[in-house]
Amino acid sequence: MLRSNRHPGEPLSIVAFSWLIPALTLSFLPHLRHVPWWLGLLFLVALTWRWRQRKQWRSPAWTLLALLTLLAGGGVALQYGTILGRDAGVALLVAMLSLKLLESQRVRDGVVLLMLGYFLVLSNLLYTQSMATVLYVFLSVYALVLAQIYLPPQHAALEGRRAMRLCARIVVQSIPVMVVLFLLFPRIPGPLWGLPRDAHDGLTGLSDRMTPGDIGQLSLSEAVAFRVRFHAEIPPPNKLYWRGPVLWRFDGRSWTMTPELRGERLNYDFRGRGTPYTVMLEPHGQRWLYALEMPGSIPEDTGITRTYQILRRRSVTEVIRYDMMSYTDYRTGPLAPSELRQGLQLPRDGNPRTRALAADLFAEHPQPEARIEAMLRMFRQEPFHYTLSPPVLGKESVDEFLFDTRQGFCEHYASAFVFLMRAAQVPARVVTGYQGGEFNEMGEYVMVRQSDAHAWAEVWLEERGWTRVDPTAAVAPERVERGLYAAVDEAASLPLLARRDNSWLRRLALRWDMVNNTWNEWFLSYGPSRQREFFNRLGFSNLGWQQLLMAMIVALLVLLGIYLLFHLIRANQRLVVDPLGRSYHRFCGKLARRGLIRLPHEGPLDFTRRAAARFPGQANEILEIGSLYANLRFGPPVAANDQQRLRHLVRNFRPHKEAG
Amino acid sequence: MRLPTLPIIGSPARRDPQKVVRLAHRRVYILPSGQCMAFLVMLVVMVLWAINYINSLAFGLTFMVAAVMLNSLWVTHRNLLGLEITAARAEAVFAGQQARFPLRMVALDGQPRHGIGVRAHASGETVYGDVPASGGLLLPVPVAADSRGWLSLGAVHIHSVFPLGLFRTWSWISLDQRCLVYPRPAGDQPLPVSEARTDGTGGVASGRGVEDFEGLRGYVPGDSLRHIAWKAATRNETLPVKTFHGETRRELWLDWNAVRVEDPEARLSQLCHWLLQAETEGLDYGLRLPGLSLAPASGESHRRLCLEALAVFGRQPTEEHRHAA
Repeated sequence: MLRSNRHPGEPLSIVAFSWLIPALTLSFLPHLRHVPWWLGLLFLVALTWRWRQRKQWRSPAWTLLALLTLLAGGGVALQYGTILGRDAGVALLVAMLSLKLLESQRVRDGVVLLMLGYFLVLSNLLYTQSMATVLYVFLSVYALVLAQIYLPPQHAALEGRRAMRLCARIVVQSIPVMVVLFLLFPRIPGPLWGLPRDAHDGLTGLSDRMTPGDIGQLSLSEAVAFRVRFHAEIPPPNKLYWRGPVLWRFDGRSWTMTPELRGERLNYDFRGRGTPYTVMLEPHGQRWLYALEMPGSIPEDTGITRTYQILRRRSVTEVIRYDMMSYTDYRTGPLAPSELRQGLQLPRDGNPRTRALAADLFAEHPQPEARIEAMLRMFRQEPFHYTLSPPVLGKESVDEFLFDTRQGFCEHYASAFVFLMRAAQVPARVVTGYQGGEFNEMGEYVMVRQSDAHAWAEVWLEERGWTRVDPTAAVAPERVERGLYAAVDEAASLPLLARRDNSWLRRLALRWDMVNNTWNEWFLSYGPSRQREFFNRLGFSNLGWQQLLMAMIVALLVLLGIYLLFHLIRANQRLVVDPLGRSYHRFCGKLARRGLIRLPHEGPLDFTRRAAARFPGQANEILEIGSLYANLRFGPPVAANDQQRLRHLVRNFRPHKEAG
Repeated sequence: MRLPTLPIIGSPARRDPQKVVRLAHRRVYILPSGQCMAFLVMLVVMVLWAINYINSLAFGLTFMVAAVMLNSLWVTHRNLLGLEITAARAEAVFAGQQARFPLRMVALDGQPRHGIGVRAHASGETVYGDVPASGGLLLPVPVAADSRGWLSLGAVHIHSVFPLGLFRTWSWISLDQRCLVYPRPAGDQPLPVSEARTDGTGGVASGRGVEDFEGLRGYVPGDSLRHIAWKAATRNETLPVKTFHGETRRELWLDWNAVRVEDPEARLSQLCHWLLQAETEGLDYGLRLPGLSLAPASGESHRRLCLEALAVFGRQPTEEHRHAA
């Protein structure tokens, strides 16, 4: 008769509870940033109440519990307007944990609490995936495993320090299995089903809309947008234009992207040698990938639009890594009629002074190139100012900027320039993206930060096709040459890492970024394509998920075999190595050589009594050995020096038969 | 090294009972517990979650938990491996009581064991204990003693879910140890009339007829409670007992034929009941069973002798033993 596991029905011991509390608190803590304050309070109250009453806990009446459940669920629904989605889901999880704490009485409830804890740890990974998070996750898992040890009441007597050591050993020993699973578990391209809309909120980066002030705001962030490893010479800074969203439509205030048709081919000529590089792109929640102007190839599973934006099928919500080839010297083809129409689009009215200026330019310079040059000359010669904190603009934003305030950030210059060009009958558009980047000499790659966000213009010219014109470079050439830090007056307000000075703090930060990059490259970006790449490099190409699954099972079996071998060897060795048994064995051996053989059923006391009779001269030693051994083996715990004494006695024991 | 066959299923041992059992890997079995199934479901949910959100760290966490679960298997298995188990003598009990077989467990490898549960096949109650690194653990295993005679310990189930409760390791062992069960004391017939016998030696008063008071002396085990001088006891460190002069000792024969019940078991129960009664009243008693007669006496060894006679009456001890195993 095999009984099923009995303890789920057994009461949760106080010891178990006292280990569950720190574990659950650790899992909950990071969510303090994500859940509303009243849920944090609910958790705290539930935990404190339950702990204070741990000796005679009676779970509240079911009516009270049901009421609390309704209240918490309703509160979450009110707070978020839904109970689906990432934030609402986490809030519900916290509410469930708090209420479950109140009604936990049995070991089975303890198991549920542990599982809720694991899900809280898991959902925190939606908000952050940094290396510090990994350490925290390890800590949380450690605490949860520790609490799990104490769940069955018969484990309550286990010493805390011993449990902690054992738990650490289990966690460390499981790392090889984890690595095998991580590398070999067949990665299926996700997602499997629709994600809640807020699944990847909180990611920073450029958007498909540009309003004056947007990019200035973004450039205050020192977060890394992407990192680039060049496989050949790095192009000079004035060629490092990382192309992002191309904005056609202007409504008088904001520039927006228009839905793009996919281009059939890359319709432009490349000049010169290509620049090969690999990009590690941080998640930014949009579909486009950044590439150096102009991309000559596109990564797999992506397409390129007629405006040379690389678009992915779904948004970039995880770290991705892609190989690129770009040509910084290029000529695009003829202008399509739709492009001409879009490239000259302007709101019907507004900004009369700018329009008048454009009419003058058009009359004065028959050549479009000359109009561009005249406009740039105006930026250069008249007192325009490049600043992070420009004055707020009113309704006629372009007029006010060009003739009154004359202070602006890159988006002001790009916006005004494109408006003017269109008014002067030159097809033009705004391109946003990043400009420049910083070489990290420790990791030999270029870091592009949010503070490198930039906006520039593209105009269409008869001979050259779409041509990049950066009006910011006319106002503040150092922005393009040496980055934002060198170009603005408010340098001190920039985050540490966006500055380009050479303090030790910055060097430390660079080193840290290098570690982060490695982390991204080897861990966070490990998905279906990276897995394929990894196996290609090992010499197995085109593995399907079935083969990967097989490989995983085989590798796991091999690993388990190794563990089993160690397990059995250790189990066997321990029996022989038992120091106490060895001493006694040695003693028996010495007597056996003198003709006194211990009978199989003879215990130590009986045997030594018989031996003492045989060797009366050494009766004292023999009897002491017998009682020491019996005490050590079968008696209550004793001092360590008893064992030493036994060893000493046995070592010096020389049985010699006394005459008579 | 010889690789063992992987133990999957264990059932009550068909082996001959042994004095000492060492748990080697061939007889220690391990299987996932119900809790493990719950955790497996959790892992599946976690992996789907990780795929859906394309979250590398979530994959990492899931695989970490899976690896920890898997790794606890070895610790669980090792918790029973290398235990040496011997059964010590069990104290005799009356039928209807619970016999407790003290099992001594020693960790041969000097590693402590935790949460070891032991249950006799015959009873449902599990007792738990921890085996220290040195010395050993003495765990009394309860077995219900239903009928008189020799009660064998029989098959013993040893198990553990340490450390995580995800795997359950167990072993069936058979230990050569038995316990004597006296008949259940029962019956409502009055104690037979005792016969007076003159006892020239005087000594301790232990009969019903109490004669002249002689003096006080110290208490020795076996003295009747009724002869303790309770008033004097408040002034003395030791219990004073009254002695009497020229006292007649009375002796009592507990006779199989004197019991007016047909059922032999009921007769034995009545005899047992009388015996205990005579014992508390401080009488000398003798026992007469068909084919056996024990002369009247008193004291611990006499009592045990009589009770043993009642326990094994009509039974072949060795045969009985073999049947129970």
